[in-house]
Order: sequence, then structure tokens, then C-alpha cells
Amino acid sequence: MISIEGLSKFYNTSLSRITAVDNLTLDIEEGDIFGVIGYSGAGKSTFVRLLNRLEEPSSGKVVIDDETITSLNANQLRVTRQEIGMIFQHFNLLWSRTVKDNIAFPLEIAGVAKREREERVQELIELVGLAGREQAYPSQLSGGQKQRVGIARALANKPKVLLCDEATSALDPETTNAILDLLVDINERLGLTVILITHEMHVIRKICKQVAVMEEGKIVEQGDVLDVFLRPKQQVTKKFVEQVMGTNDEDDGVEDLISTYESGKIMKLHFVGETANQALISQIAKSYHIDINILQGKITQMQQGAYGTLFVQMDGDPDEIDRAITFITDETSVEVEVVRDVE
Amino acid sequence: MWNNLFPNIEMQDLWVATYETFYMTILALIGTFIFGILLGLLLYLTMKGGIWQNKYLNMAVASIVNIFRAIPFIILILLLFPFTDFLIGTIRGPNAALPALIIGSAPFYGRLVEIALKEVDKGVIEAAKSMGAKTRTIIFKVLLPESMPALVSGITVTAINIIGYTAMAGVIGAGGLGNYAYFFGFQRREFDVVFICTVLIVLIVFLFQFIGDYVSNKLDKR
Repeated sequence: MISIEGLSKFYNTSLSRITAVDNLTLDIEEGDIFGVIGYSGAGKSTFVRLLNRLEEPSSGKVVIDDETITSLNANQLRVTRQEIGMIFQHFNLLWSRTVKDNIAFPLEIAGVAKREREERVQELIELVGLAGREQAYPSQLSGGQKQRVGIARALANKPKVLLCDEATSALDPETTNAILDLLVDINERLGLTVILITHEMHVIRKICKQVAVMEEGKIVEQGDVLDVFLRPKQQVTKKFVEQVMGTNDEDDGVEDLISTYESGKIMKLHFVGETANQALISQIAKSYHIDINILQGKITQMQQGAYGTLFVQMDGDPDEIDRAITFITDETSVEVEVVRDVE
Repeated sequence: MWNNLFPNIEMQDLWVATYETFYMTILALIGTFIFGILLGLLLYLTMKGGIWQNKYLNMAVASIVNIFRAIPFIILILLLFPFTDFLIGTIRGPNAALPALIIGSAPFYGRLVEIALKEVDKGVIEAAKSMGAKTRTIIFKVLLPESMPALVSGITVTAINIIGYTAMAGVIGAGGLGNYAYFFGFQRREFDVVFICTVLIVLIVFLFQFIGDYVSNKLDKR
């Protein structure tokens, strides 16, 4: 759907050359929600602007839906941009226009007739849940409502791709979740490919399927969100995962806790995204003749299921415990790591 | 009572003079609005990072603006006599004042327009670009509507300058309240005429200020 090849952006200052985006190569599948995460200055905002050439790439190639964006002339680019929706951190609505007229703006640009325009605006207002606020001005709306207008506006010309530049960074956590739900809903209903730039791992966790981690203009790590969460390789990725999962300091606390148990096996269970296994603990307790004691843990829900770790103590007949462990490793996606074997 | 206090006021003359002041102010205002917005847009669009970024055009426009703003108005009128004569066919009367009034105030208003346009949120312009808007669309549907309250307050300030200019132009024969005050009041030592003309000009200034503030507030939905 989207393929990016050797994309770079340099800024020349009188003294030096700053590389904002450094030789990026990336493929994004149709219907994906693709997250790009990085700290400020990592080049992610520049990257997303290169995709619709709000910033001109210094080199490289961008292909969206068989259209080579980087080789279009100014006029072709304008027409193609109408098929690429974009939403912004600060919403960027026209304060001089009502909600309805803001959403109608891209339709005016595309030259849609007035009657058709009004119908489409009404549809979009329903879609983003703003019915009854058509005549309000942006200044009369809350942040979340403004972003809904932004989303409706971005979807007006039925784009194939939606670019989100820090779309939730100016919103409070509750509103962020509501907007993210809306994005997932739109992605599923319209089959839209979404590219989402953020510095919050929470956002990636909640809605993305694929993630790329950016640092100093490069993608340092990329893959399935679950894999990246489970096995973060780069230091920067580990820090982002800690944002959601807490730091490893908590494991230190566990050491003390573990030493207070004098029997059985203490183990760490890694949950990796299979919702079917959520009843794992009770299942084992019923099937095997052992006691399970939950010591500590944190499980978080992601777009593709549960992810997290759980420290448990299993007590009882050692053979029975081994059978239980074999069951977990062979039959489920949960990974077992024995932290301490008391016997 | 009126005749005792203001023995030299001819109502007919006063009325004509007031009418001429309004006539000059309003026509000059329309001309200034159009040329000022053109100048302001040119300055804004050709500046560094602008849509039509062009160092030389920007410098040329800025120089013209600066030069015309530097010339004192009373001298500008004299300087423009040949041009006015060519354009209007006379150098006397309200119509003859218009070229000087417009050329004198459009550069000033142009700068105010430039400032107003610079205040328009860059993000909104970027959003319009991301929707595939043409430059024309960005000018007429984003830049001008989004800066309209500032454009209106700017033209209000300019209107008050123009009222002052009409009085100056009056002294050298353009008509209006300035003309009336100078020739009939000052030169004949009939100071009641000067006084009444002053009161009328102040009232006209208040009127323009009031209308400007009202419209600007009405337009501002921020």
C-alpha cells in the first residue's frame, strides 16, 4: 500500500547539515494501523510530512497506492493530496468557520457540488459523533471535539490513507482513549490505512498493529507491536516499553518477595497476546493438583491481546508442577521462566 | 443663541464641507483597502518561507512601501500634482485628493495587512495544503477570512489617518472640513468656524472607530 525507499531529509544551515530523516525504507500494508514512535527531535513529524510532501524529501521515493508521490508535479500532487487525509496535534481548524463549514472545506477544495457536500458533511458528523454541534465554532468545542472535527475533515474526500501527527498529544488521557477508539473504528469500518506518529507508547499499545521506533532520523527497531513489547532490543525501545509496563525496578522488589517463600517453584509467566488463555491460572489449578499463588504482575491489553508478566509460586508435588509447566509451554503462547526452584 | 455663539457658520457650507470629508474618506478608504491588501499579500507571500518566496520582489515591494511611508503627506500631495492632474484632470476639489490619499495610506495599511497575515496560524495553512488547496484558495478561504478581524481593526486605524489627511489636503484646496476651517475660519479670523469643524472631525473619527470596533468584534469567533 505504502512503500518508502531510501527517504531522507536534510536541512542545510550555514554551518552544518542537519539530517532530520535518514535513509528510511519501510513498507506499510493496506488496512494497517502503523505507529511511529520517538522522542521529540527524532524526526517523526518530518517523516510524516515527507509522505504528502508538506516537506520536500531531499532524496528517496514514496509510493502510496501505486502512485509515486515523489515524482508528481505540483498540480498532480495537489489532486493526490485530496486522497491523503491528515490530522494534527493542534487540530488546525479554521476558527472563522463553523464545524460544518470546516468539514466542508476539503470538499470545496475538491470541487464537490453544494448539495452533495452537505450530505457528505452530515454523514461525517454522524460518523465522528458530533451531531447537534454543526453550527458551533471551534472556540466553543473541547479539545476532543475539535479533534473529531479534524478527523471528519480528514475523511471528507474518502482518503485511502490517514496521517496522524501527534493527534492525541494535546488531549487528556480520557479523551485520548475516546479518539483512539474512534480511529480504530474508522480503520475497521472504512478499511483505511492509518499512519500514526506519537511519543506515547500507550497510544501504540492501544491501537497499533505494527510499530517503528525512530531515533535520530533512523528507524532503529520495527515489527509487530507485541514482539517489540516482548523483546525490545534498543535502549530507546526499552524506555518506551517501560512507559507502559513500568520499570524493571519492580523486579528487584520481587527478589525480596521471592526469598520469603520457602517451598515450591517461583516462576515468571510472560503473556504474549492470546486472549484465549486468560483463564490460564484457574485452568491449571483445576487440571493439576497444585497450589498457585500469584505474587506480583502486570498485564496490559493491546490491539492483539494481552501482554505482561506475572510472578507466581507453584506449590505441590514437583512432578505435577513439571507437568503443569509443560502444559503451559506446549499448549499456550505463555512463556515460562523459572526464577527459583526451592527444592 | 446659535447665531450669537457661532455668528459666522453658514449651514449650507458646513454641510457641503462635511459631505466632502465623508466623500474623500470613504472613497480613499475603499482604494486603500484594495491596494493595501494587495501590498500586504505581496509582502507576506514573497517573504522568506512564504508560498511565493522571492527575495527580490519582496525587497522591491518593501522599498516602495517604506519610501511612500517616509514622505510626509503634505509633501506627497505636492509631489503628486502632475500625476493627479494627468489622472483626474484637475488638482483642486475632493476627487483630486483621492490619488494622494490612497498612495499615502495604502503602504501604511499594507504593513498592517502583512502583520495581520503573519498572525494566521501556520498550522491552518499547512492543513489547507495537506487537503490539496491551490494558492488562490489559501488566500481567499484561509488567509483573508482568518485574519479578517485584524484587517478590519487595521482599516479602522487607517481610516482615522485618512480623515486627518483629508484635512491637510483641504488646506491646499481639496475641499472638506479642513478646507472650510482654513479658508473660512483661520484666514478670515472667524474662529467659531474652526471650532465647529474640529468638533465635526472629532465626531467623524469617533464614528469610524465605533463602526470598526463593532465589526471587528462581530467577525471574531476565536
